[in-house]
Amino acid sequence: MLTKRIIACLDVRGGRVVKGVQFVDIVDAGDPAELAHRHAAAGADEIVLLDITATHEGRGTLLETVKRTAAALFVPFTVGGGIRSAEDAAAVFDAGADKVSINSSAIARPELIGEIGESFGAQAVIVAIDARRVEGRGVEEAEVFVSGGRKATGRRVLDWAREAEDRGAGEILLTSMDTDGMRSGFDCELTAMVSWTVQIPVIASGGAGTAGHFVEVFGRGRADAALAASIFHFGVTDSRELKGELQRAGVSVRLPC
Amino acid sequence: MIAIIDYKAGNLTSVVKTLNYLGARETVVTQDPTVVAGAAKVVLPGVGHFQATSLLRELGLTDAVRESVAKGAWFLGICVGLQWLFEGSTEAPGLVGLGHFEGTCERFPALFDGSELKSPHVGWNSLEKIRTASRLMRGVESGGYVYYTHSWRAPVMHATAAVTEYGGAFTGVVEKDNVMGVQFHPEKSSAVGLQVLKNFLEL
Repeated sequence: MLTKRIIACLDVRGGRVVKGVQFVDIVDAGDPAELAHRHAAAGADEIVLLDITATHEGRGTLLETVKRTAAALFVPFTVGGGIRSAEDAAAVFDAGADKVSINSSAIARPELIGEIGESFGAQAVIVAIDARRVEGRGVEEAEVFVSGGRKATGRRVLDWAREAEDRGAGEILLTSMDTDGMRSGFDCELTAMVSWTVQIPVIASGGAGTAGHFVEVFGRGRADAALAASIFHFGVTDSRELKGELQRAGVSVRLPC
Repeated sequence: MIAIIDYKAGNLTSVVKTLNYLGARETVVTQDPTVVAGAAKVVLPGVGHFQATSLLRELGLTDAVRESVAKGAWFLGICVGLQWLFEGSTEAPGLVGLGHFEGTCERFPALFDGSELKSPHVGWNSLEKIRTASRLMRGVESGGYVYYTHSWRAPVMHATAAVTEYGGAFTGVVEKDNVMGVQFHPEKSSAVGLQVLKNFLEL
């Protein structure tokens, strides 16, 4: 049976793992390669590394970090942040990534989705969507934000998810800016809406705090995978422990792992 | 020498890196039919569209593989590389595969058992009914998880060495004598995947 995936996410800035609360308040949490291996050994099904430096000087550091992280990592490895062209993506794949995650650059030029997919396959392209609900409106009006959540696009999450799929995205990484870093649970309503809309897998992100939150997003939220960052870094729990709890709650997970 | 065929279908970095990590000696990434025909082992990786395999014929690699396999070289196809061992795929009608195994690869059904089946099939799923005599699967037990990402699948047939269930059973592993294939990505399948690649290297 196909299992629900637990994805450990490392937000990296200047070669170090950091974690913000609602996109600000950065805290140092360690070395990316070391943390990636620790997460994989502790049962994470995938690793995502998001480079939030996104400066030109930072690119070399990022590729070096990706190379070091990928060297002995035998679970799927996704890299995102600052990938603006098929050439940028190729450099990241060469360094050892299996998938790239694109966000602002895909909104700016949606053709990029197909361009990367053509050379590396649709499975290698994740379109990341940062979503925020509009006050006083229904979830279907949730809006797409770019540039690390600083800029509104005026586009509806639903429409963009559908377009991303049509253009050949392999997966959608959906982050709720409303719940991100709050540890109060995923936005299940939003996740379910996107999951009903597209055929491709939806990775829920933003708000993980307890095992119960994962049970909810895999059930009511219809997520295929869920991403967690802050709950793992500081040893609150690890994937294996989390999966044990999910299994007891009836969620199918990769165990033993 | 292990020839890893580069036919511009996706990313070879992970496969090469993993084989080298496991201590493979003399891995060569190649498009040269002479190199492939003379190799002791041949690996055909590949993610993406079945159409990409058309390059194999154009480059003379189909005949090279046939020649090396006939001479007894060990062959491992990964993902689309497994599918290519069959007669063809509905993903690229009219394009023939190696035809070493009978059957055609087909897309996952949109509906299974009355409910919607998501496609592609992405994630960790278990290998079942592993054939005990399989050399490639030595030390891997049924129920072990591996990482898949694909929308087309090969049918279950006499050479199927393990199945996975998703919208019914499909061929997760195929093996007959020196010709083998895995639909999952062993280089991304943690301990189980490493075991499979190690078994291949030790043949």
